[in-house]
Amino acid sequence: MHFSPAPLHIPDGFLTLVISLVFWALTALAVGTAISKTNQSLGEKQIPLMGVMAAFVFAAQMLNFPVVGGTSGHFLGGALAAIVLGPWAGILVMTAVISIQALLFQDGGLLVMGANIFNMGILTALIGFGLYRLSSRVGKPVRLGVAGFAAWLSTVASALLTALQLWLSGTSRLEIVVPAMLGVHLLIGLGEAIITVAALGFIEQARPDLLSAEKTASQGGQGWVLGGVFVSLGAVLLSPLASADPDGLEKVAEDLGFLGAGQSAPYNILPDYTIPLLGETALSTIAAGAVGALLALGLVILIGRSLRRAQG
Amino acid sequence: MHSDAFDRYHFAESRLHRLDPRVKVSLTVAFILGNALLPDASWLALGLAWFLLLVANDQSRLGLWFTFRRSFLALPFALAALSAIFSPLGDPVFSFSVANITLTVTDFGLVRFAGILIRAWLSVQAAILLVAVTPFPDILHALEHLRMPRLLITIISFLYRYLFVLTDEVLRLLRARAARSAGMTGQKSGGGLFWRAQVAGNMAGQLFIRSYERSDRIYNAMLSRGYTGNLRTLHPHTMKPSDWRFLGLALFALLLTQLTGWIR
Amino acid sequence: MPIVHPSPTVLPLPATPGALLLAKDLHFSYPDGHPALRGINLQLNEGEKVALVGPNGAGKSTLMLHLNGILTGSGNLSVAGLPLTEKNLPLIRAAVGLVFQNPDDQLFSPTVFEDVAFGPLHMGLPEPEVYRRVEDALAAVRMSEYRNRLSHHLSVGEKKRIAIATVLSMSPRLLVLDEPSAGLDPRARRALIHLLHELPVTMLVSTHDLAMVRELFPRTVMMDGGQVVADGATADLLQNQALLEAHGLEMP
Ligand SMILES: Nc1ncnc2c1ncn2[C@@H]1O[C@H](COP(=O)(O)OP(=O)(O)OP(=O)(O)O)[C@@H](O)[C@H]1O
Ligand SMILES: [Mg+2]
Repeated sequence: MHFSPAPLHIPDGFLTLVISLVFWALTALAVGTAISKTNQSLGEKQIPLMGVMAAFVFAAQMLNFPVVGGTSGHFLGGALAAIVLGPWAGILVMTAVISIQALLFQDGGLLVMGANIFNMGILTALIGFGLYRLSSRVGKPVRLGVAGFAAWLSTVASALLTALQLWLSGTSRLEIVVPAMLGVHLLIGLGEAIITVAALGFIEQARPDLLSAEKTASQGGQGWVLGGVFVSLGAVLLSPLASADPDGLEKVAEDLGFLGAGQSAPYNILPDYTIPLLGETALSTIAAGAVGALLALGLVILIGRSLRRAQG
Repeated sequence: MHSDAFDRYHFAESRLHRLDPRVKVSLTVAFILGNALLPDASWLALGLAWFLLLVANDQSRLGLWFTFRRSFLALPFALAALSAIFSPLGDPVFSFSVANITLTVTDFGLVRFAGILIRAWLSVQAAILLVAVTPFPDILHALEHLRMPRLLITIISFLYRYLFVLTDEVLRLLRARAARSAGMTGQKSGGGLFWRAQVAGNMAGQLFIRSYERSDRIYNAMLSRGYTGNLRTLHPHTMKPSDWRFLGLALFALLLTQLTGWIR
Repeated sequence: MPIVHPSPTVLPLPATPGALLLAKDLHFSYPDGHPALRGINLQLNEGEKVALVGPNGAGKSTLMLHLNGILTGSGNLSVAGLPLTEKNLPLIRAAVGLVFQNPDDQLFSPTVFEDVAFGPLHMGLPEPEVYRRVEDALAAVRMSEYRNRLSHHLSVGEKKRIAIATVLSMSPRLLVLDEPSAGLDPRARRALIHLLHELPVTMLVSTHDLAMVRELFPRTVMMDGGQVVADGATADLLQNQALLEAHGLEMP
């Protein structure tokens, strides 16, 4: 049985170790910050709230509606969660949802979970909350319109980033994966937008206190607006470029050294791929591999430590 | 469908079931990490990894093919990797043309595609086995011992608890919707696409408000039982010598797999 | 790798001079302005088992939320002689065990064990004591073999029993139950009545189940419109047809 709303939950094996670790690091940074922010600014009441809200997002992802010919539109929820709960709490809620989908239902891998959380939880919070906050003081129709657009764009941007990660990992060809992912999600995003707007409209009627402009402003600063607009522009500009001129993008990535780094194993980044003293032997490669693995382990432990400290 | 369908734990009297959850979580991660570390085309090592997986299946007493039968989850995603067979790196194997575009399958591409699928397939089996032999609350305890942030663990355990309550609520809503639109057969659950999505949106809104208010009541229940903002947990798991032995043995086997993959 | 907790604080049990619970002129309005309590006076003595009845919206649940300081309105409230203040809150919450109407709100942990351990753990008791209390509480509600079960697998009746265990493990002086028999089938209801009869604790139980009231509680307090409209021997109250009718109640 599949619970994932859209083909965005990448399984293990589809991303190279380097890409997986890079996105784990980014995600750990964002989640660590989210933890210390929620600890600072929000009362202890926030803990059961975030837990139940995570269950809400999980359950709401089951609300599907028939689109055409057997396919159905689904709901991701990242933008809605960030708009109503604030971006930091939204990130934690989506992190919990994606973790449980990977851990309990094998919907998305463990090693690639960092990338999945980044795509579906952090990027969506940035776009969803950033754009919504920009319009939090204008009239209701415009605000809901912006929320809808943000929800749509957050889905599209998630899909785009997923496609790029697959390409950088050497798993998919750029000229195939980008149009395919974007094509599907331009449509799925519409469902996301309608559901998000309808849900916000409903909430605003029943509990206007949850969506007041003051509350929105207190949940995240102007930085979110800046980041949201920046990332949105990036997604809007990059999407047509990547689908229309994949060769161009490929060339740029190659020139910047992204392609090679993404597709090689992490120890290949070590100087000369071998340990100098041991020479070009199998032993040297193994030793390099061991060093690489130790480095990765050290990185993970360090992140764990700093998270622990941020929390305590 | 009742939300009991979400259960993943399968009870049996086995060494794997009794193993400390920390060992099981660490070994699962190590196994998946090992798969990612192996170079492409190390078929022997991948075969060895599968063999280890079969041994683990056997040890769990859930049946040799327990995880195999459940492992086709990642299959739809394989489509994303299909385009890898056209990788320009490597020598052409054969080419064909579709609507004026000539596509060339290369040996490197084929190896890469097979490597991705096998890794994904092995990794997902390890994850399936982990949740089949470990109650989910124990996995959460293990993650806490392994230094996952406490706040996140707490959120996930609330999520786990209320998953069942809220999905039941969603199923009720969906049934109610189906019952009301039953009269309009042939007209596919009535209304246009926009209208259908909006109904789903209203359900989401309603569900949101109910969940929000539920979290208030849960908070009250927590306060009533002495919660003051600091969550405490018990630490019921202690590593036994047999746990350490198993961990050492399994890590050694994984290391052997890596060596097999790298020496050629 | 056992992890040692920082030195726990064991709470002493409060002594009881006079009434166990004393409420004087409690008033409370919800934030939306709706007045839910309008001058409640109530006294409970050690060892009493008292029923709280009244129509929907009478304010029963609201009153119960006041008894351990979840809600605070105006007026005076003291438990075991201790006035309800910020400082006394931990003591009072340990002394008044409140069981909510919906067991899905009360049982918020993944497993039965964790839920029953939550109270004693957050009272700051040392771990061996926590384990002992969990066992005792589960034994008291006859659910010992359920300790490792997942909460969401339980039936409604089982959830209600575990919900009671979650506060029994805190060794409360006063047990406050909100509609414990609602939603139970006849057998589970019978078992619950047995359980409440056996438990040697002072209790205040809100319910619409007048048959249970007659069987179990010598004293009944009747509420309507946020006020106590009658307080006395159950036998007398339940015979007073005019009183019952005036407050939307009906003898089965
Ligand atoms: N959170 C709230 N906000 C506003 N009003 C509330 C809230 N909770 C309860 N009320 C109102 O307060 C009054 C008393 O409610 P309460 O739940 O205490 O009644 P009750 O006697 O427990 O009823 P029942 O038998 O239905 O459980 C009701 O009129 C109710 O509508
Ligand atoms: Mg009530």
